Amino acid sequence: MIYVVIVFLWVALLLYLVMGGADFGAGIIEMFTSDKNKSRTRRIMYNAIGPIWEANHMWLIIAIVILFVGFPVIYATMSTYLHIPLTVMLMGIIARGTALTFRNYDAVHDNMQKVYNKIFVYSSFITPLFLGIIAGSAVSGRVDPNATNFMDAYIYSWLNWFSVAIGFFTVALCGFLAAIYLIGETNDEEERNRFIRKARLMNIAAVVAGSVVFIASVKENIPLVQWVFGNIIGVAAVSAATISLVALWYLIAKGKRFIIRVLAGFQMTMILLTTTYKHYPNIIILKNGGHLSLIEHQGAEKAITALGIALLVGSLFILPALFYLVWSFQQKPDGEKSEVRSL
Amino acid sequence: MDNFMAARSQMALSLGFHIIFSCIGMVMPFFMAVSHFLWLRTGNPVYQNVTKAWSKGVAIFFATGAVSGTVLSFELGLLWPTFMKHAGPIFGMPFSLEGTAFFIEAIALGFFLYGWNRFNRWFHWFTGVVVGISGLTSGILVVAANAWMNSPAGFDLVNGNYINIDPIKAMFNPAWFSQALHMSVAAFAATGFAVAGVHALMILRKQNVNFHMRAFKIAAIFGVVAAILQPLSGDISAKMVAKRQPAKLAAMEAHFETKPYSPLIIGGIPDVKNKKVDYAIELPGMLSFMVYDDFKAPVKGLDQIPAADQPPIAVTHYAFQIMVALGMIMMGLGVIYLIALWKKKSWFEKHWFLRLFIWATPIGFIAVEAGWTVTEVGRQPWIIQGVMRTADAVTPMPGISYSFYLFTAVYFTLSLAVIFLLYRQIKMVPEIYDKAV
Ligand code: HDD
Ligand code: HEM
Ligand code: HEM
Repeated sequence: MIYVVIVFLWVALLLYLVMGGADFGAGIIEMFTSDKNKSRTRRIMYNAIGPIWEANHMWLIIAIVILFVGFPVIYATMSTYLHIPLTVMLMGIIARGTALTFRNYDAVHDNMQKVYNKIFVYSSFITPLFLGIIAGSAVSGRVDPNATNFMDAYIYSWLNWFSVAIGFFTVALCGFLAAIYLIGETNDEEERNRFIRKARLMNIAAVVAGSVVFIASVKENIPLVQWVFGNIIGVAAVSAATISLVALWYLIAKGKRFIIRVLAGFQMTMILLTTTYKHYPNIIILKNGGHLSLIEHQGAEKAITALGIALLVGSLFILPALFYLVWSFQQKPDGEKSEVRSL
Repeated sequence: MDNFMAARSQMALSLGFHIIFSCIGMVMPFFMAVSHFLWLRTGNPVYQNVTKAWSKGVAIFFATGAVSGTVLSFELGLLWPTFMKHAGPIFGMPFSLEGTAFFIEAIALGFFLYGWNRFNRWFHWFTGVVVGISGLTSGILVVAANAWMNSPAGFDLVNGNYINIDPIKAMFNPAWFSQALHMSVAAFAATGFAVAGVHALMILRKQNVNFHMRAFKIAAIFGVVAAILQPLSGDISAKMVAKRQPAKLAAMEAHFETKPYSPLIIGGIPDVKNKKVDYAIELPGMLSFMVYDDFKAPVKGLDQIPAADQPPIAVTHYAFQIMVALGMIMMGLGVIYLIALWKKKSWFEKHWFLRLFIWATPIGFIAVEAGWTVTEVGRQPWIIQGVMRTADAVTPMPGISYSFYLFTAVYFTLSLAVIFLLYRQIKMVPEIYDKAV
């Protein structure tokens, strides 16, 4: 049963990265959109993510619940030593979720919209930044249970070049995902071209940030190169991601909407696979050379069994409903969408 | 503020904030389902407008409830890592099921809010009902987790190790039913009165009377029925507390002395130093009767509880008095409403009648907050009753007071924003919905 739970944890993280990432990315795209195009981008974006926004962020909650029920020691360690970035991320989640809803449901449209937009855009940036920082810190080997002073225990655990670079890499990935997603959400040629340009920009940003991650890993003595290229799965995954990226750009030019989304999702899967494969089952690497492992630090057996069953049964209900939701909001011609919007 | 106080205050603040949104999220879908049903049945467009107007309000509350809930699931670890390290696997069952319930709720909400004119009408209606049912289920589950903290079950503690863990038994701990029942009824009572109050105000101001009167009646009937049931369920809760947490009961009642014919103490100012209550009404034997159905049986008082295991007496006592007093007032209003409904239809037009409900707008929520104060403060100094002390569970990270100030500022701003948005929604009702009526 433990493996069922681990698979769910991994899938929940992946889906949060892909679906939640596209969702955050929409805000990042908005940040880099010129004022005259902003409102159109916003409308397309809202139609795309509005109905599934709530569901997207559930993946994070599922992951967290799996952690605290199944792997309480890991949850407790993370929330102790990464308290500060977690708090910042939570602030981002609060600000973003409420600003998105408020700007859509405010009955009066006036200058308040500007305030909501600002909050939305900045928090869309901050949240994945810190999400990435947290993920980076988990493997950076800076979490130090033996620390004797505040800075070592609670600040340098996450404030280092490597974690921060991963943070920016995550932001770029989110922007990329969103741009790819939005390309398929509009029929307007000019609009599409704008999103394609955004996707290209974000792609470049991701490559740059990715390289910075490698440089930082060398500077911080983190054997990232070895993790990624030192094993066959890592090399295969990186190659697959690269090939699919080439295919993706070819298909964008051909105007294929569905397949490019699949490819972008595939790339995220490969990235997550490379970064987690070599560590598995360790998910937190400690400064003293120890690590916290999904196998060694699992919770009581009965709790794991119950959790696994709950997840399996839950997904029987959730997945069909979720697919139907996503599918039925893909079906609509654009005209009808704007009608719904103006209710 | 020291770290420990700051952590407790931040937890209390976050939960106190979340509970308001979760009550509304659990209950409003049922109001909407009723008015939606009436629209589909009668074709009267006013009901459609009521449903839509409510659904916009609910979307705002829902988003705020969802983000504040997300924050809570992290905060349990951020503030109480030692507690979660041990308790997580034991009381996690309801949380993992809750995940499913939330997910279904979020999906159904997507269908409901964005599905107007898009799906079969009854399918659309049904998705609204699913939102309500899964919301209520998640509320019940999370309260079962809280009940476990009050009456831990499903594990053995041997030499500081938690062994023989049985998550199912932990979920169905002895207190789950009384707490879940009382909380669910409370959510209906509080939300019903709050929504009814807002619409009563609009009726009094003679704005869209047709629209607001129908909304008022739907909300009020839910609130009224719940308010009449609430004291009954509160009695079940009190008996449960007496059995499992005598210290909490003694603090609720400011009951200092163990003796036969234990009195029910109403109101008053507890004087902890001299172990008495000033200016209170005492009904001899009533407490014994309420707890044991026997006027003579002595109820355990604070004199039999070591000082180190006593909760803060004054806070628990005041909070309990506030809850019960408001509960009685709501029940009284409920009876008046039913009289109006059956015998005195003309009262619905009367200013005094509407005013009663306008004044009652916040009281259900005040009672909810007071009730949670009783439950949580009354459990102190334990985070898991009799098993782990709150002080031993707190995070080692210093400086939590800054985090507390930050959260206070954020929640304060959010509350203002929600009130502001709601005000604008209500203000726009004439412009958006008048033409249709
Ligand atoms: C509308 C709100 C409301 C109203 C009118 C009442 N309550 Fe209540 N009460 C709650 C809302 C609430 C609550 C917020 O929902 C609590 C907190 C924890 C829980 O399970 O329910 C609660 C807790 C709570 C507890 C503690 C349970 C525990 O710690 O396990 C007791 C003994 C009572 N209530 C008793 C009463 C009585 C005798 C009432 C008589 C009128 C009453 N309540 C009215
Ligand atoms: C939403 C309604 C709730 C409210 C308003 C509420 C209120 C409070 C308050 C006032 C405190 C501080 C008590 C004190 O320190 O004196 C507290 C503490 C706490 N509550 Fe609740 N509570 C709620 C539900 C829950 C639930 C459902 C859980 C867990 C499943 C929970 C877990 C905790 C924990 C872990 C603490 C900190 C430790 C402690 O003080 O014992 N609460 N809550
Ligand atoms: C008595 C206490 C509580 C009740 C009755 C309650 C109920 C609810 C309900 C009905 C919702 C649905 C969202 C809404 O309608 O606004 C919700 C949201 C949420 N709650 Fe609570 N809750 C309580 C305490 C807690 C606690 C202690 C936690 C965390 C440990 C928590 C975690 C969440 C999460 C993660 C969400 C977001 C779900 C979503 O996105 O739909 N809740 N809560």
